[in-house]
Amino acid sequence: MASPVEQFRIEPLVPFEIGGVNISFTNSALLMVVCVCLVTAFLTLSVRGRALIPGRWQSMAEVMYEFTANMVRDNVGSQGRKYFPFIFTLFMFTLFGDLLGMIPFSFTYTSHIIVTFGLAIVVFIGVTIIGFIQHGFGYLRMFFPHGAPLLTAPVLVPIELISYCSRPFSLAIRLFANMTVGHIILQVMAGFVISLGAYYILPGIFPMVFLGGLTVLEFGIAILQAYVFTILSCIYLHDAIHMH
Amino acid sequence: MPQFDPTFYPSQLFWLYATFILFYVLLSVFAMPKIGGVLEERQRKIDDNLDKASQLKAEAEAAIAVYEKALAESRAEAHQLLRSSTEALAKQAEARQKELGERLAEQIKTGEARIVAAKDQALAQVRDVASEVAKLATAKLTGLALDDAKIGLAVTSALQERR
Repeated sequence: MASPVEQFRIEPLVPFEIGGVNISFTNSALLMVVCVCLVTAFLTLSVRGRALIPGRWQSMAEVMYEFTANMVRDNVGSQGRKYFPFIFTLFMFTLFGDLLGMIPFSFTYTSHIIVTFGLAIVVFIGVTIIGFIQHGFGYLRMFFPHGAPLLTAPVLVPIELISYCSRPFSLAIRLFANMTVGHIILQVMAGFVISLGAYYILPGIFPMVFLGGLTVLEFGIAILQAYVFTILSCIYLHDAIHMH
Repeated sequence: MPQFDPTFYPSQLFWLYATFILFYVLLSVFAMPKIGGVLEERQRKIDDNLDKASQLKAEAEAAIAVYEKALAESRAEAHQLLRSSTEALAKQAEARQKELGERLAEQIKTGEARIVAAKDQALAQVRDVASEVAKLATAKLTGLALDDAKIGLAVTSALQERR
């Protein structure tokens, strides 16, 4: 039986390099392209009818749009409107990355730390730049809570600095770890179904039922973690725009 | 774990940013304005319909007000008409009654005149009869033939005393 982490292996489909750097088109890249095509097609084709009373597909597209719009409005405020397209793209990219990974024999690019970190660092750098644009050097007060005694600065400033700089890591590791662990558990449980079911049909049924439950749970986690990733990005954006 | 093997890190990051930027452009240029447009259009339609409904309501209320005003006016007019006709009728009745009264008074007056005339005539006849009776009675009782003029004078004075 294959190792439970075998499913995360990256396989180059079209190997090529530019300037000595390996940027092969891999199974991970393929899933990203699939996600982009699928979601763009879904979101554009579903509202093509421009129906006043939406059908199923249009309704889903509208729900996703409004859900994200509300998330941005509630967590960032009216100044967050111009970042709405980015937040929406981020949400769709992580959500469908998670969900497409639930298809058997497909690939979950959000289970790769470099991908989640790549997204998190964009959010981190973007938020920091926005903060400095909005507040200039006043943004540095972010690292010293308002109203705290000046004597506490030597302790508070490093703590705040570390907490601020650990944001991209916590953001990246949360999504990566959830996806990875979930998929490993599914794989292990599926392994039980086969190895136990191979002896006799009955013992195989129990892990099978459990696997069914876990799959439902994994779908929930897939949606929830994409949501958490996005809403944390919104909260960081809010901090940068309004400070605290 | 393959996640910690840096062999494909450049490839992963390259494709991540390439697809993400493409995704951002596709969504913000094509998909999102479409969905936003549909939602906006729906909101506008709803607002339009609400506006229209309130406008129709206002129109209906105005129509009701006009109707009620007309009703009140015609009611007042009817009232007025009723009162004026009642007054006219009363006046007419009064005039007729007055006329009738006058006619009756006239008739009474002529009747009285006729009565007075009849009475005078009757009294005159009474005088003649009384003179005759007096003359005859005197002749029978006394055997005197009294002068007519004397008798007439006496009867007249007697009648005047009685009256």
